[in-house]
Amino acid sequence: MSASKEATSGTFGPMTLVVGAVFIASALLSIFVAARTHDAVMGFHMALFTTFFVLGAFWLGKRHFDALEQPSEPTAQDGIQYMDGPIRVATIAALFWGIAGFLVGCIIAFQLAFPVLNLDLPWTSFGRLRPLHTSAVVFAFGGNALIATSLYVVQRTCKTRLAGDIAPWFLVWGYQLFIVLAATGYLLGVTQSKEYAEPEWYVDLWLTIVWVTYLAVFLFTLMKRREPHIYVANWFYLAFIVTIAMLHLVNNASLPVSWFEPKSYSAYSGVQDALIQWWYGHNAVGFFLTAGFLGMMYYFVPKRAERPVYSYRLSIIHFWAIIFLYIWAGPHHLHYTALPDWAQTLGMTFSIMLWMPSWGGMINGLMTLSGAWDKLRTDPVIRMLVVSVAFYGMSTFEGPVMSIKAVNSLSHYTDWTIGHVHSGALGWVGFVSFGAIYCLVPWLWKRKELYSLQLVNWHFWIATIGIVFYITAMWVSGIMQGLMWRAYNDLGFLDYSFVESVEAMHPYYIIRACGGVLFLIGALIMVYNVYRTIKGDVRSSEKLDPAPAGPGQLMAAE
Amino acid sequence: MTSAPHKDEISGVDTTGHEWDGIRELNNPLPKWWIYSFYVCILWSIVYWVLMPAWPILTTDGWTYTKGLLGYSQRAVVTEEIQDAQAKLAPFRDKIAASEFSEIVTNPELMSIAVAGGKAAFGDNCAPCHGSGAQGAVGFPNLNDDDWIWGGSLDEIHTTLQHGIRWDADDDSRFSQMPAFLADEILERGQVEDVATYVLTLNGSAEANEQSARGAVVFAEQCASCHGADGTGNMELGAPNLADHIWLYGGDLPTIVETVSYSRTGVMPAWSTRLSEGTLKELALYVHSLGGGQ
Repeated sequence: MSASKEATSGTFGPMTLVVGAVFIASALLSIFVAARTHDAVMGFHMALFTTFFVLGAFWLGKRHFDALEQPSEPTAQDGIQYMDGPIRVATIAALFWGIAGFLVGCIIAFQLAFPVLNLDLPWTSFGRLRPLHTSAVVFAFGGNALIATSLYVVQRTCKTRLAGDIAPWFLVWGYQLFIVLAATGYLLGVTQSKEYAEPEWYVDLWLTIVWVTYLAVFLFTLMKRREPHIYVANWFYLAFIVTIAMLHLVNNASLPVSWFEPKSYSAYSGVQDALIQWWYGHNAVGFFLTAGFLGMMYYFVPKRAERPVYSYRLSIIHFWAIIFLYIWAGPHHLHYTALPDWAQTLGMTFSIMLWMPSWGGMINGLMTLSGAWDKLRTDPVIRMLVVSVAFYGMSTFEGPVMSIKAVNSLSHYTDWTIGHVHSGALGWVGFVSFGAIYCLVPWLWKRKELYSLQLVNWHFWIATIGIVFYITAMWVSGIMQGLMWRAYNDLGFLDYSFVESVEAMHPYYIIRACGGVLFLIGALIMVYNVYRTIKGDVRSSEKLDPAPAGPGQLMAAE
Repeated sequence: MTSAPHKDEISGVDTTGHEWDGIRELNNPLPKWWIYSFYVCILWSIVYWVLMPAWPILTTDGWTYTKGLLGYSQRAVVTEEIQDAQAKLAPFRDKIAASEFSEIVTNPELMSIAVAGGKAAFGDNCAPCHGSGAQGAVGFPNLNDDDWIWGGSLDEIHTTLQHGIRWDADDDSRFSQMPAFLADEILERGQVEDVATYVLTLNGSAEANEQSARGAVVFAEQCASCHGADGTGNMELGAPNLADHIWLYGGDLPTIVETVSYSRTGVMPAWSTRLSEGTLKELALYVHSLGGGQ
């Protein structure tokens, strides 16, 4: 495969002119819709679209004239001119949205303990802030971390520059626009009420365009690779991108009441709607939060540990087993509902069969450290990555257990589920992303090392204690909640009213919120560390490389 | 460029020979415990499919599914369990629904079931306002004490439950409306404060003085017709007793001034459209049994 022409990068070519024309046409279309709509929020969103396209058209022009004045030579690495600009944007965006998402999470955690914090305002009520939190952490923080790392990894492991010239930039900024549209929509009350798929039809359409761009950039980069084989991390990233596209399109099928109004009606109803929703919801966990981040793990763990991946064969088997089995597991979210028995059975059994394939990733992650376990003592970044894999192993065991109908009858609808999700989200997704970003930032900004490994160490411990607070509080309160709901006396009457179970949650809600605050503090330490690293600082007391660890020597003791 | 045979020095295991950006992969076999655990999970699933409803199948009659050897059906199980529970209680509950209160309270067995059922229904329907211990809250009466606004006999509680308080959708709803003396310009601001000061003397919270003496005159003209000359209230009109220390909205001077000025319009729904007659009776018996029943 030959590399695409890059010499004239930035000046007007036919492609740039077409894109420019599309941007201007889209800006006009947005203005037209804004003028026609009766809905204030849709008008506001169309104004955002217009701004985006106008800025995009200006950027194309500026690029052209900048390139004419001084054709810039991108710095080459390994003889390849990697495209890292969009990756830097996505990395900063991941941190920015991460802090926003964690903060909103803390706020709603305190709202559950102290309902007065809803402030009696629609915009600050739990019902609107909760989707803001979930979307911010999953799609904004996690999504940007995935975009950043996948675009980085695919270039390095394919030994080629990203496909496309404008497309990667469109992808990252278009994705940020999607996040802003979704988030402001939630706060202003625009939602289609599908969990983790709340944005309305026009935002869904926008995400579809952005996501197809992502798929095209990734696929075409793979196609022009200069390696004979595709590295395992890229299988996982590709599976994530393809499956999310499919899930998004199917679950969001709906009919708008008008092209000028935000409201739409889903193509599905009743139990079919529920099943489609959880087929989507569970595979968002499976392919967004598992497959995508496994791709991240498969690059950053061996890279940071400087050790080979433990088993090539295991990576193949567990990859295909995950792909085949995960897609069936969604019905376990609908045990003991109107969903037919047979679908519940399939959901549960496929979840059980999924246990070992999930653990394949954990084995490959942990065993890659063999021969380099000493790095756990000396390198807090590798410690973060390894603990993320441990949390991955724990939550992928807990998941199948909770899918068993007998267990589910106790755990379903309780805080246990919330705890399970957060051991995966904070422990696995959060920590593997933090670890990857700690690796990425010095590489992307051409710095020799991080500003401070000591601060990474603080981040690690504060966040880990936060996670432990969080998940233990939710285990206790969830199981207690489940037991209170099902307790009845010998006459067949319930022992507790619902409101008594809510009252009993109170102390655990406070502990959970405090755990969340610790996690947020850790992330703020990270932001400071990353900021100083990008500035080019190295903490004065850490100027030297960490001393090579001899037997019994502990860095922390110094 | 990357496919030469290669052995990892630390583990002594061959790699696949490829290298991506410095990353190699070892040729380790699948861990035995891992692959056997995977087989066991698959085998367990197959056994489960044989025993339980599992796979959708297309027959000449259309879509159906494999029913499984155990013939399990979630709907059948829950229907059976509910029927069993209802059958166990049915004779008693029918009797409760058909009996007078006087008959139920003298039958210990019926009474214990009625109170248990009332407690469960209370938790699901009443506790959000009256509290899970029926202790009440500001604006929502405490049901444990013997200070009743509309009466605390079984029949009165039952009527309140059936028709609610100020519930517009029910023609028989209990209805009382104290005027908003200040807002409706019946009294001056000073008179409201006078009468509120007087009200505080009724239960001994304050000593009589010049202001309360002025208030006493206003009270006699405006309030006594419902609340009684001595302020002990009138349950037939739903006029609360002002001479005790139990207050629905608060017994301090500013709160009483606010109540007199703007009135209060607390609402309780009529439950006869939502709960069965038997459940309403059980609720009345439960609330009556809390300690304040008359």
